[in-house]
Order: sequence, then C-alpha cells, then structure tokens
Amino acid sequence: MASASIPEKDQLAAALAEGLASIASSSSSDDLRALMSALAGKKGAIAGVKASLGKVADIEARKELGQAVNEALTALQNAADARSRELRAGEFASQVQADRVDMTELAMSANASRRRGRMHLVTQAMERLEDVFIGLGFQIAEGPEVETDFYNFEALNMPPSHPARSMWDTLFIESDEPGSVVLRTHTSPVQIRVMQEWPPPIYAVMPGRVFRKETPDATHMPVFHQIEGLVIDRGITFADLAGTIESFTKAFFGEGFTSRLRPSYFPFTEPSAEFDIRGQDGSWIELGGCGMVHPHVLRAGGLDPNEWSGFAFGFGVDRMAKERHGVNDIRDMYSDDIRFTEQFS
Amino acid sequence: MKILLSILREMANIPADPEVVATALTDLGLAVEEMDIVGTPVPGVVTARINRMEKHPEAAKVTRCFVDAGDGEERHVWCGATNMQPGDVVPLATLGTKMPNGMDIARRGILGIDSEGMLCSEVELGLSDESSGLLILPKDSPLGVSPFEVLGIEHDVVFDLDLTRNRADCWGHLGVARDLAAHFGVPLNGPRIDVGTRGADKSLPVVIDAEENCASFSVSYISGVTVGPSPRWVASRLAHLGMRSINNVVDASNLVMLETNQPNHAYDAEVVSSFRVRLATAGEKLTTLDGQERSLNTEDLLICNGADNSGVGLAGVMGDLHSEITDTTTALAVESAWFSPDPIRYSAIRHGLRSEASVRFERGTDPNAWGLAAERFVTILRETCPSATLHAGATLVRTAHCPQPIPVDVSVDAIERKLGIRIDANRIVSILSGIGFAPTVKGDIVSSVVPTWRPDCSEAVDIIEEVARHFGYDNIGKRLPNSTVHGRLSNMQQRRRTLRRVLVGLGLDEAMPSPFLASGDLSNVGLTEDNVLLLANPLVADESILRTSLRPGLLRSLRYNQSHRAPRVGLWEIGHVYPKSDTQLPNESEQLAIVVAGGDAETALTQWNAICDALSVGAQLDQSRIPAGLHATRSATLARGKKVIGVVGEIDPVVLDVLGIEGRVSILELDLSTLLNEEPKPVQARDINRFPSSDIDLAFVLPESVPATNLQRALRQAAGKRLVSIDLFDVYRGKGVAEGSRSVAFRLRLQEDGGTLTDAILAEVQKACVAAGEKAGATIRA
Repeated sequence: MASASIPEKDQLAAALAEGLASIASSSSSDDLRALMSALAGKKGAIAGVKASLGKVADIEARKELGQAVNEALTALQNAADARSRELRAGEFASQVQADRVDMTELAMSANASRRRGRMHLVTQAMERLEDVFIGLGFQIAEGPEVETDFYNFEALNMPPSHPARSMWDTLFIESDEPGSVVLRTHTSPVQIRVMQEWPPPIYAVMPGRVFRKETPDATHMPVFHQIEGLVIDRGITFADLAGTIESFTKAFFGEGFTSRLRPSYFPFTEPSAEFDIRGQDGSWIELGGCGMVHPHVLRAGGLDPNEWSGFAFGFGVDRMAKERHGVNDIRDMYSDDIRFTEQFS
Repeated sequence: MKILLSILREMANIPADPEVVATALTDLGLAVEEMDIVGTPVPGVVTARINRMEKHPEAAKVTRCFVDAGDGEERHVWCGATNMQPGDVVPLATLGTKMPNGMDIARRGILGIDSEGMLCSEVELGLSDESSGLLILPKDSPLGVSPFEVLGIEHDVVFDLDLTRNRADCWGHLGVARDLAAHFGVPLNGPRIDVGTRGADKSLPVVIDAEENCASFSVSYISGVTVGPSPRWVASRLAHLGMRSINNVVDASNLVMLETNQPNHAYDAEVVSSFRVRLATAGEKLTTLDGQERSLNTEDLLICNGADNSGVGLAGVMGDLHSEITDTTTALAVESAWFSPDPIRYSAIRHGLRSEASVRFERGTDPNAWGLAAERFVTILRETCPSATLHAGATLVRTAHCPQPIPVDVSVDAIERKLGIRIDANRIVSILSGIGFAPTVKGDIVSSVVPTWRPDCSEAVDIIEEVARHFGYDNIGKRLPNSTVHGRLSNMQQRRRTLRRVLVGLGLDEAMPSPFLASGDLSNVGLTEDNVLLLANPLVADESILRTSLRPGLLRSLRYNQSHRAPRVGLWEIGHVYPKSDTQLPNESEQLAIVVAGGDAETALTQWNAICDALSVGAQLDQSRIPAGLHATRSATLARGKKVIGVVGEIDPVVLDVLGIEGRVSILELDLSTLLNEEPKPVQARDINRFPSSDIDLAFVLPESVPATNLQRALRQAAGKRLVSIDLFDVYRGKGVAEGSRSVAFRLRLQEDGGTLTDAILAEVQKACVAAGEKAGATIRA
C-alpha cells in the first residue's frame, strides 16, 4: 500500500542524500561535529521536514513521514559515527606521527639529568658480607674506633710488652698515660665488648674501620676495614669453626668454592688457623685468620671457659672490594674522585 | 726464614721431593712463602784456563781471552770483565749452552772476530744475586769439568718460611726438621756429630752478675784450631741461606746457629779466658762488629772479658769488633748463652741493630742446646782442621731464672671438646712423642713435659694445638653449631641502611675521606680545635688530629673534584667523629654529613625532608641559632628543645673562599647516634574518609622577620580537626607587596569526619584562620 507522494517526502529524501554526501566528504572530526549539528539540528533541513509534519493532513502519510524522518536522522547519525571513526583513526595516526621522539636521545638526556648516587665500594662489600652472615644466623655488633689498650691488646691475651703486639703497627693517642689509648688495630676489641655486654650464646659479626701506622701504597692504607666473627656457645669446637668458614665460603663466593684451615698463630685464639679459599681455578687464596677463642680471652670477656667455648675469625674487606672490581690501586678507592666513584652502579 | 732441604734431610730422613716437603710445611703451619731451587748445574759450562789475553785496538772495553777447556784446543772468547788474569781458571759457557736466565750461547762476533762461548760470573750461573766480574776458580781446578763440581756447590732447595711469632724453635733447621720428622713418622737424627777424641778438662771461669737477663752461660774450649777458608759446602750452604762466608771458625759458628737455633760466639781463648756477664754502665762504649761505636745504657747486657771487665760483646745482639778471632788464633772459647727475650728485644730496638742472634734470643732460645751446638761446631771445624779438639769440662753457669721443662696435663676428653673429634690416647701419645713432649698416659689424662725449645707452650690449650696441628686440621672435619640465635640487623643498623638508600636515591655519592686532619683544617671551616684528640705517633704531621667533624674532609674532597673538572658533586659520609671527653675514651659518635657543590639552602632542606620522611624523624628549624661555619642568613640549627641534632643550610662564603671552592655549597649534618637509635612506632591506619573535601586558599602578607612556619602553625591550629593537609603553594615578593614582606599562600584541605562540610562551617574555619594569621603577624591579602 503505497502512500500518496507528498512533497515533504521528496524534500526529506533530498536532505538525507545531501546530508550523507556531506558526511562522507567531511575532512575532520571538528568539521563533522559542526556538520552534524547543522544537519540534525533545529535549523537543519530534516528538522524543517519534521516541523511541517503537522501540515500533513493524511494521518497515514503523516505517520509514514514521521517514521521516515526518524529513519533519516538515524541514518545520518550512523553515517556520522562511521565517518567519525574513520577520521579519528587517521587523526590519531597523524598525532602519533607528530609525537615522534628519538628514544635514544631521550635516554641520553634522561641519564645526564639525574643518576643515582653511589655507595662506597667498601660499604657495598660490607653490606654483602653482613647479609650473608645474617643468613648464617649472625647478628651484627659494633664498637668504638678509639680504644683502650685493654680492649685492643691486653684482654686479647697480649699483656703489656707482649712481643706479639709488634704484629700490629699501632697508632697511639696522646694521653696522660702514654700508650693507654689507641686507634684500634683490628676489630677484635669488639669481641671483648660483646662478651661483656651480650649474654651468651653469641653469634655475631663485627664489621668496622681499623687503623695501622702504615704508609699508603697500592695495597695498603693506614685506615681500612675488617669484619670479624665471634661465636660463643656451649660445646663449640674447632669442627664448628671449620664448618662455619665452609658455609660462609659457599654462601658468599658460590657453591663451587671450598675452604681449608692451616695452622697459624694469633695470641687471642688457640688453636689458630689461617683460612684459604679455593675456586674453580683450583688455586688457594689466603683470606683471613681464625681460631678457637683463647681461654684467657674468654675470661677477659667475663665468661667461664669451662662453661662456654667459641671461635673467632676475621678478614680484610677492602681487599675483597678491590679484587671484585679489579681495582689496581687501593688508594683510588679512598680518593673520593668522582671519576672513580661513578663507575660503580 | 730460609731453610735448606739438604740440611733438613741430614737431620731426618724426610722425602726428597720439595713439593711434598712444602705441602707438609704448610700443613704444619710453617707457611712456605717461596721455594727456590738453587745451585742447579748449568750443562755446557766447564772450567777453562785463560792462556793469554789481548786487547784489540778498536775495542777498548772488551778483552780477547784465549782459553783452554782441557781438550787441548785453544778457544777465543771476547770478555767484558776486568778481574781476570792469564792463568786464572774460570767458567766457560760453551757454544749451545742455555744459561739460567734463558740466554742461548751462540757464535757471536765483534769486529768480525767470533767468540766461541762466554766466560761467566756468579750471577750468570745463578749462584748469587750480585758479583763484580768473572767467577775465579782455584788455580789447581781440573779443566773441562763443571765448575759446580769444582766448587762443591750443592744442588739444593731453599724454603722461605713465613714463621709465626710463636715458633721460636723453627728459627733453626732442627725445629723444622723435628716437625717434619714427626709429620712423616721418621726418626729425628739431628745434625751429624763427630767430635773425635775429646781433650782434657778445660773450664774457663764465668761470672754472671745479671741473673735475670742471663740465665745460662756456657763456654766450651776448642784447641788445635787453624783459621782458614771454609769447606765449599759450608760456604755454599751459608750463601744459600743468605750469609757470607768469612772463615772456617766464623762460618762454623753461623752454620751452627742456623742449624740448631743456638746463637754462639767464638772468642780467641788466648785473649778472653774468663767471662763476666753484667749490665752496662750508663754511657759505656762498645764498638760492634759492624764498626759502629755504640753508647750503652744500664739496660744493655754486656759480655765482658773476665780479666779486665771490658766489654767483648753486646749480649745477644752483636760481638765487639776488637775481640774478633784473628788469623793466628789457635784456641777458641765458644760461648752459648740463654738471654731473657724482652731485654734483648729492647736493646736491639734501641740500637737499631736486629742481628741474626737478636731475632732468635728475642723469640726465645733453648737453654739446653749449648752442648749440641758445641759438638756440631767442632764437627764442622774438623773438616778444615782435623786437629781441632773439643775439651771436656765445659763451663755451664745457670741462674734461678733459667727456663725449665714444664709438665702439662690434658685429658683426652678435653681434646675432643676443643676439636670436635675423638682422637684416641695412643695417637695423642704418638704425636706428642714425635715432637719431644715426652707424654705418658694415666686413665684419661695425657701428661706431657714441654721441652725447653718450645717457649710458646705452657698450658693445656697449647698441647691441644700441637695435637691438632700434627693430627692435621684437614682431618678434623667440618660441621655447624646448633645455634638458637637468629640472624638480623638491629633497628639502628636497619635504619642506617635505609638512610644510605635515601642518600643514593638523592643522587649523592658516598665519600670516605681520611679521619686524620692537619692543624688548621677545623678552624678553616669555622670549627673549634679545642676539643680534639692528637695522635702521639702520626704517619705525617698533617695527619695528627682526629676529626671532630666530617665537614673538613668532605669539603676537601669536594674541592678536589672541583679542581678536576667536576664542579657539581654531591658527597655524603657516614662516619665517626672523636671529640675529647672527660673520660679515657673520646665522645665518639656516628655522624652524617652531606655537601653539594652548587647546592643551596633549599637543596639541604630537600635532603632533610627526605630523611625525615624515610626515618620518621623530625626537628625544629631554628634560624636564630647560626651554626658555626655556616652561612649567617641561610642556615638553621636542627633542634629538639635544647638538644641539637644537626645543622642545615649553606657553608659560609668566607669558609668557601678560604678553601678555594667556587659557588654555593649546601650542607646537612646530622647526629646519627640520636636519629638512628630511635624506633618510631608503626603508623596506625585511618579509614579512608569518603566524604567530599573542600579547599580554602588563603594568601597573607608576612613580614620577612616572621618565620613562615609560625604562620603555618597558627593556621593549622585554627583549622582544627577538620584539616587534612596544609600546603604552601605560592610565595611572591615584589610589586604589590611591601618591602620587607612577602606574600605567602596556603591551601588548606578540609574534610568532615562523618558528613559533608557545610558552607557555614567552611566560612567559620576561614574566619578563624584569617584571625589566627593576623595574630601571627600576617595580613590577609584582599
């Protein structure tokens, strides 16, 4: 049942055709937006047709025309949405093109603007060592760097004028009682302080700065660093010492490393040993000294050697840092020269 | 300490393989620092006589030598040395010889005349480290044979041992041989002894005045002596051990010391026929063998000629120059003593004279080695003078201070408790007998008698160490303790690590300057030097003060970098300072200092804020207290009430000028002994307030004389419990704001706890804030 042809219908068809054509030819999202408000707005041609609906007398025809108007508006909107997607895609593409940066250039300028600071190689080494010992069940003890003769020597089984004192070139502090105050020559005095202050059992490492009267050269500094370990418990034996050194060796250097103890001499331990480590290349490298805490030292620390026994070990930290990073001259590590420092991230 | 394999093998039948011996030495705690094979014959080098010598007119520096190597053929050799004469027998390296230094002897010529070999020096043959020309051999040497054979130079191995302080006994070969014999389970024979027939009793009188210093003094009389050169093997061994051959008597004395660890001295018995040992008088003079006249004090011990009480030796250190034996000496008084170690050490240090004897005495010698030493002395001497006779009746004077063998008991259980492995009594006994500790067993107890050559052993733990050493450290096994302790960082250590990470996050590099300062370093940065500790024996005068502040060191490092084209460094240090205190030890504490070249007060405050945030700490900024050495208008003290915990701001431009530093330098110093030891409680969570918040922006004109923090505090109080945050978002100085004032604008975010803020409440808060601001000295901007 074809309805009567009325002029409004023709106008609508023409407006729709024209509208679709201009949507198709719109060249930007902004154009399209403006176009759509013109086409579908109150002043648009379709709105004109819609406004004339009331003049159509025939109810059927009016209904039909009304429907056609809605369809035309929907068709326009669909066409506009489709066109919009096309246009936006193109526009994003050109925006992305316009956004282009040289990432390598940015990487360089980003780098220059702000780099992270560096920790000293010795601090880095010390933290790594501490972490390994914490993993092995040790706590960390610290002590003063300026020490009394008692803690640095006497309590460590070196009474005044003991010849073994000459094993360390000591820096003395001027005092009313000459020789009574020293810059600690090793971290061992902390052993005594820990024994006096911590109730046993004691599983402690003692990192720190030590001092010797030594002229600086490529491998020596008058100020350097050691880490010392002390275990005091019931029934501690030389075998426990050997096992602990082995655990440390594997934990710190790697599973492929092993350790050995060789007889040696320190006044504060007996039996005493040097400990060496061996890596994949098969050669032994001397790392530090160790031994069973001497009964005289236990007594100086206020412990009864019949109840408590223990072992101690210690080694230099600077050499570890030096060798890990292939530093040729240890003085460079203490130069504070930024050209040296900034190498080590 | 140099030890010869040949001597060790004379004393005990230990393995010949030097590697095996070196490993054993290391396992015993006698660390081998170096092992040298010495005296290896060089194949192709033969003895040759110089028949005639000629100079070439065009080669002034070399001589043409025509030599006979025993095969009747005359060879021509160019030679650069000057110490030879026709008729001399010298070593000739024949063509094709490979020299110890790797050089190949080939036909080479000068001026078109070929050389058929090379005449050699001791250095070229690897016999010595220095020489001053050709090695001249005895004139009656056979020709065409190895010069090593002619000289009796033994192929040998030198072990350079890094001896520990306790092993006094190993300063003689005998001590090392004893350890090795025990290790390899072979008997210890000791040095070869052949004294022949003893002479009639001959006792020379000895008086000891200084009974503590000299606890044993023996004199053995040897007659029938002819002073002359030593046998080659003696000279060779001494050379390998680093000593020069003098004559048969002195060499015997030295070799005996190196073998038995008993220093000894041979006097001409005609000149010194009685002895007195006494302390020197103040200012007494003695000219030691090295030709130096020494002024003695009352702690020096003298060996004197009993006849006139004149010094013939600085005891334990060095003999007197004028009492040396001479070519005409025919009878010897050989003295072997035991001197107390410490006085000898002090004498040697005082006179700057560490001799082979003093290093042994100061470690401790064996008071019972004198007899063996005398017998070995004669045995060696008899090789060059068979008539040398050791007389019976040697004098031995002992005082109450002479070391005695020490009985020590140790239980088998105690050894197990110390070592962690059960070693049975038989094994312990076998180990201890091997090293001369004469053990006996009764039940669980092993009783030893520590021999006098082991002054390092006196108690049970020493015996346990000997057992462990010879049992082998490697055989003890490895296990781990059953610990009940948990590994962790303390709160302080954890916070120190956090701090380090904040600092590197801020782009700052850790520095570690020397803690030693020169005089003036502290005053140059505006700090006092009144409370410093001084080093009594600094390495150099410029490092004689212990720092009381990290600042001088860090600023020096900063300036160093500026002068090496790094103008903008930021450095930090966490380290100890050591200001003097009323007690024996200084008031040592841990500090942090940060300096940034080109940084300003805001830089330092940014760092302070970051640290406060990370460590949950805080302090008041007190700009009314200008820290010493800091910029007078751009610095503040960080205080908690009366307690100062740090300083923040910029370095005083005057200080920078003195130090030669360009531009501004920011500084932050904190007392970490306070800040790191705090243990802030964990922050307790608040529920998120989901009601809408509102902001009030308030701009005030604030006189420069009023700290901004005063206004902020006033606003905070006025806003009350509804305040969520208060931020300074704008500061303006200039047109529209009166001179001497600035405009400061705060944004206050407010929120009701349980409802929406009403306009009425907002208006009320705003009014209260304006009033509070005005009260704090600010004026609200229209």
